[in-house]
Amino acid sequence: MIRVILPYHLQTLAKCEREVTIQVEGAVTQQTVLDALEARYPMLRGTVREHVTKKRRPRVRYFADGEDVTHESPDAELPEAIASGRQPFMIVGAVAGG
Amino acid sequence: MTTIRILAGTRKGAFILTSDGRRKRWSIDGPYFGGWEIYHMKGSAVDPDRIYASQSSSWFGQIIQRSDDGGASWSQPGSNADVAELMAAGLSQGESNMFVYDTSRETGKPLTTHQWYDGTQHPWEFARVWHLEPSLDDPDTCYAGVEDAALFRTTNGGATWHELPGLRGHASGPNWMPGAGGMCLHTIVFDPTNRKRIFCAISAAGTFRSDDGGETWKAINQGLYSEQIPDPTAEVGHCVHRIAIHPTNPNTLYMQKHWDVMRSDDGGDSWREVSGNLPSDFGFPIAVHAHEPETIYVVPILSDSQHYPPDGRLRVYRSRSGGEEWEALENGLPQQHCYVNVLRDAMAVDMAEPCGIYFGTTGGQIYASNDSGDNWEPIVRDLPAVLSVEVQTI
Repeated sequence: MIRVILPYHLQTLAKCEREVTIQVEGAVTQQTVLDALEARYPMLRGTVREHVTKKRRPRVRYFADGEDVTHESPDAELPEAIASGRQPFMIVGAVAGG
Repeated sequence: MTTIRILAGTRKGAFILTSDGRRKRWSIDGPYFGGWEIYHMKGSAVDPDRIYASQSSSWFGQIIQRSDDGGASWSQPGSNADVAELMAAGLSQGESNMFVYDTSRETGKPLTTHQWYDGTQHPWEFARVWHLEPSLDDPDTCYAGVEDAALFRTTNGGATWHELPGLRGHASGPNWMPGAGGMCLHTIVFDPTNRKRIFCAISAAGTFRSDDGGETWKAINQGLYSEQIPDPTAEVGHCVHRIAIHPTNPNTLYMQKHWDVMRSDDGGDSWREVSGNLPSDFGFPIAVHAHEPETIYVVPILSDSQHYPPDGRLRVYRSRSGGEEWEALENGLPQQHCYVNVLRDAMAVDMAEPCGIYFGTTGGQIYASNDSGDNWEPIVRDLPAVLSVEVQTI
């Protein structure tokens, strides 16, 4: 079971708690985690990644086990702490004012 | 009993203001979608409880919301065959926010770039929906004007959206370029007497007309004069801010351009300036009285460099002659120290008698007149910056 923490605005869109759990088959990567998240919560499609290109939206960041993994390859395996469910994968809205 | 319902989109959420036909006491509901930018909300002409809303964020992109109960509840109308479980749990069905430009060989034009600020060609990139215009006949059909400028349509209540690529594929497309606010299609106007006729306006390209339901388009900017572009009378490149018609006289169009208030009496084929005695002919919105096709309203703004009213006085100007001769309407509006702006989609009229006029400001006020503009009162003073105001008369 993979734990994912969502930013406030995505919680309200998905009508879910701050932390959700999802099932990922095979390698646990940014891509597979986000694929599983969007399958479970289709209203989040296009909000974290662009619809067609699947590119991360510029003001979204990913944290994993205390590290900023935003710029890691989407296909790189995430830390064991994420794969085992010991730590959550965090989707974060970048800090900006206004 | 008549109900007046104002749909206000702001920088930080949506608000719904409701009154009876006297328009004296208002209830204010919201914010809906708190913290999100609501560029526009509009109800269906045939089912007023069907309302479409454009919700967007610089972080999380574009969302389309729909209400089927007059704004009491909302959902993303996107369809997905695999989400029966979610639907049973009362969750949104998702994915109503997919706006993908048509680049297919069969239906799309092979147009992938437009002019960028530095003169180079730049790929078309979807940013947000500026304006939603529900069909006059079908509550499940709605048009969306988007940035980068293109026209989309849904025929299934907002679940999926498809581009009408003929507009973006107009021969002038590679010469379109963004205004300061982005290259946005911000105005969609239907001719109620001719369902095949649609008008669109784009900043900073100009005005376009389709006479075949959106398949093909003609640039209709003859008579516009814009000193901000190298050829002031060019076919495209004009920063049209807003156009409006009266449903009983749809061959007459009114336009607030970046500078200049314009009028056409031939369906947009030619335009003439009717700024007349306005203190400034820069501004954003323009509206037509519900019962008087020659009575129009603008809000003069000092200049494109300052974006606030002349002399710190907020005044609506009304012409009862379709332009040229204007009178200032200021009763109830702040006449000192006022430096707000009124954006292009932030003025609307109701259908009651006498006609009500409404507008929202970047300072968060929504002002209403229930006597065609003679007197004004603020309904609410401290909302986030108002991006859009629409009115339903139910």
